[in-house]
Amino acid sequence: MRRYVFGRLLLMIPTLVGVAILTFVIMRAIPGDIVALRYAGSSVPQDVLDQERRLLGLDKPIWTQFADWMSAAARLDFGTSLWTNGSVIEEIKIRIGLSIELAIIATILAIAIAVPLGVIAAVRQDTWVDYVIRVFSIAGLAMPSFWIGILMILALIVTIRWAPPVTFTPFLVDPLANLAQLVLPAVAVGYRYSAVALRMTRSSVLEVLREDYVRTARAKGVRESLVVMRHALRNSLLPVVTVISLEFAFLIGGLVVTEQVFNLNGLGKLLVDAVAHRDYPLIQALVLLLASIFVFVNFLVDMLYVVLDPRIRYS
Amino acid sequence: MLHRRAFVILGTLTLVLAACTQARPAGTASPTQAGAEQPRAGGTLVFVVNAESGTFDGHRETTFALLHPIAPHYSTLYKWDPNDLTKVLPDVAAAMPEISADKLTWTIKLRTDVKFHDGTALTSEDIVATYNKIIFPPASVISARQGAYAAVDSIEAPNPSTVVFKLKYATGSFQANLASPWNFIYSAAKLKQDIKWYEKNVMGTGPFVYVSNVKGSEWVAKKNPDYYGKDKNGVKLPYLDGYKGLIITDATAEVNAIRSKQAMIEFRGFTPQQRDTLSSALGTSLAIQEGPWVCVNYIVPNIKNPKFADVRVRQALNLAIDRSTGGEQLAKQTIVKDVGGLMRPKGPFAMSDADLQKLQGFSRDGKAAKEQAKKLLADAGASTLSFKFLNRNIDTPYTPVAVFLIDQWRQVGITATHEQKDTAAYTADRNSGNFEVVLDFNCDFLDEPDLQLAKFYSATKLGRGLNYAGFDDADLDRMIDAQSRETDPEKRKKLVWDIEKYAMETKAYQYPVLWWYRIVPYLNVVRGWKIGSNHYYNQQLETVWLAAS
Repeated sequence: MRRYVFGRLLLMIPTLVGVAILTFVIMRAIPGDIVALRYAGSSVPQDVLDQERRLLGLDKPIWTQFADWMSAAARLDFGTSLWTNGSVIEEIKIRIGLSIELAIIATILAIAIAVPLGVIAAVRQDTWVDYVIRVFSIAGLAMPSFWIGILMILALIVTIRWAPPVTFTPFLVDPLANLAQLVLPAVAVGYRYSAVALRMTRSSVLEVLREDYVRTARAKGVRESLVVMRHALRNSLLPVVTVISLEFAFLIGGLVVTEQVFNLNGLGKLLVDAVAHRDYPLIQALVLLLASIFVFVNFLVDMLYVVLDPRIRYS
Repeated sequence: MLHRRAFVILGTLTLVLAACTQARPAGTASPTQAGAEQPRAGGTLVFVVNAESGTFDGHRETTFALLHPIAPHYSTLYKWDPNDLTKVLPDVAAAMPEISADKLTWTIKLRTDVKFHDGTALTSEDIVATYNKIIFPPASVISARQGAYAAVDSIEAPNPSTVVFKLKYATGSFQANLASPWNFIYSAAKLKQDIKWYEKNVMGTGPFVYVSNVKGSEWVAKKNPDYYGKDKNGVKLPYLDGYKGLIITDATAEVNAIRSKQAMIEFRGFTPQQRDTLSSALGTSLAIQEGPWVCVNYIVPNIKNPKFADVRVRQALNLAIDRSTGGEQLAKQTIVKDVGGLMRPKGPFAMSDADLQKLQGFSRDGKAAKEQAKKLLADAGASTLSFKFLNRNIDTPYTPVAVFLIDQWRQVGITATHEQKDTAAYTADRNSGNFEVVLDFNCDFLDEPDLQLAKFYSATKLGRGLNYAGFDDADLDRMIDAQSRETDPEKRKKLVWDIEKYAMETKAYQYPVLWWYRIVPYLNVVRGWKIGSNHYYNQQLETVWLAAS
């Protein structure tokens, strides 16, 4: 097991290097650079633009730029943002707290909705309860979370003339203000997220309920609630945990439009701004960070499988 | 039956929704109404900034997103009068400049009561260090407006309260350029310590002191108790206790912030629909100021492309556009409105409407102009001209303006394919000449021919990096230089009009579509701020105050 874990951890390195190379190449292949963009609408002469490119090192050959960046990244020095001139780590540090908190709240909401409703839908398969739950989950899948967010904000402004705060207050500074800002986006995102997890829970529980050991448990006279909770639910959790974990990893950097609608200063918005600005060091660091989160969450899920299903052994 | 009922319910819901969202005509509140009121001290102004500047250095950056949160920390040598934005007033200067008879020496006396936020007194050394950084920057420093001061030969400080600018030649734009809102006065000591200090730090002599800033979120400032400015009654400025700039980049979120009263104003401007949404929701709590804007879109044919080498083809592209009809229609949905030449319509250098209408493409008889365009195309053997029309993928105002143009060209037989790209890709193509026709844009802080004509200098000379059409024209270069050196305003205007006729009609190098129109709806508690012809100046906020809500 230890050997397996060590091997998996080692395998993360080539994966992340591959991500770094791909990001570096793709960003350079896209037309446009930060200097032309910074002075796009102004009468700044070409000499000034050329001078700025030199100062930013954008006139160096691409392979030199890549070697410089990789050697610094290996020392966990991700450089400075071309746009703000500030440290890339600092730019990320400002936003990561909000993104993680939002992902956690949305995940809690999603689990709280998805698991019980998924189980109920499976147990009451093809009854009106199942139909209602299925409509609820399909609606969640069909509606983009940013659109739900816009509707929620409009409804609140029109009815009670209130909208969630547009600036972030850390939870430890003022928990109420913090939650006032994050609950609505968490609901908007959590609803779609719960719909995915709910459908997975339902189908997974349905499958397990048809297993021989469930029939045996029932034949032995085990109470139905115990059959469902202990035998069916636990054994159906593997795909559910996978879906929830991958969604969680996605939420940390993927809520681009929702962050804009709610004016959340998170990693998704930062990444979009960085791409729009062609801020190469920031894009590379962010993509690497998000890829690391994905790889690490995947690894954790694999480890969790062992806990959830004792039959699984890694060697 | 169920189907019909559902249809009726849906129809009713639609009607209710339509009634709820229908905008009633926007009411306007004149800032002069507020002029009669007694300003009230105190309060925190909360405003939206819909973009974020890279660095904090006004000499380097070109975005309004720097000026709105940061300009209130600084003073300039001269500034635009917040009550009459056509007049220049001394800021840290004690009076208007003394100009020598040959107009080559400008002597400026400074106020002696100006202090930096760190308590040090401002002297002429600070002005010299500031302007040297702007005009003669070292190789490691970027100065975006260096070119605007090409006439300056040297800057001297004969004593701590006097600055002398020596010019190589007289120029009509120097006084206005001394009031540039970008020319923040920096501390000579800080610049000596690190010439890039101001890229990451803020410390000026302006009405507000920096408090904090969270990137991507907010900018906070408080009143400078040592500010030297006073109002006409001798009351110390600024009136506000402080301000908070909220960075909100999404248009819907911006409107929602004002609608929910979390922000009071966004100084750059909104679209007509956004104004109407706010007006409908906030009623009398909303005030609106509107006015012409020194921003314009240009149609730029690539002269190096054989399709546009023939002047008749370029003239036809211009003639095909019925600007007056377009202005009326587009003003309902986006931020363009006025028909004008190279200088802002109704601005100090604008041609009269009668003269403008005599120029190709500006006539009110759109039908006759289109017939003329068709004839020119036929004569040039380009009756079935087709090209790709490069544009930004930004809705306001780029998409509707381009759609309008494509339709106008279609009416004379031209097929233009709309090619929208994100700003970085668009800029790369535009700057490298990788386009057939591009919809360019330009915004300036001032009605000033030197600024608005900079794109018309030869592409291989002073217009390098600005003249995207790619033409070289020594005659036009001479004409632009001549107007720049003309110090008699009336004579200068005539020279500018000659340039407009030559560049837009005779040579048809590039031409404006419609000039932008600025709309600023805001909570009516905000007083003492007046809309100007651009979104760059009048942002020191020293005269802004908040009425009791």
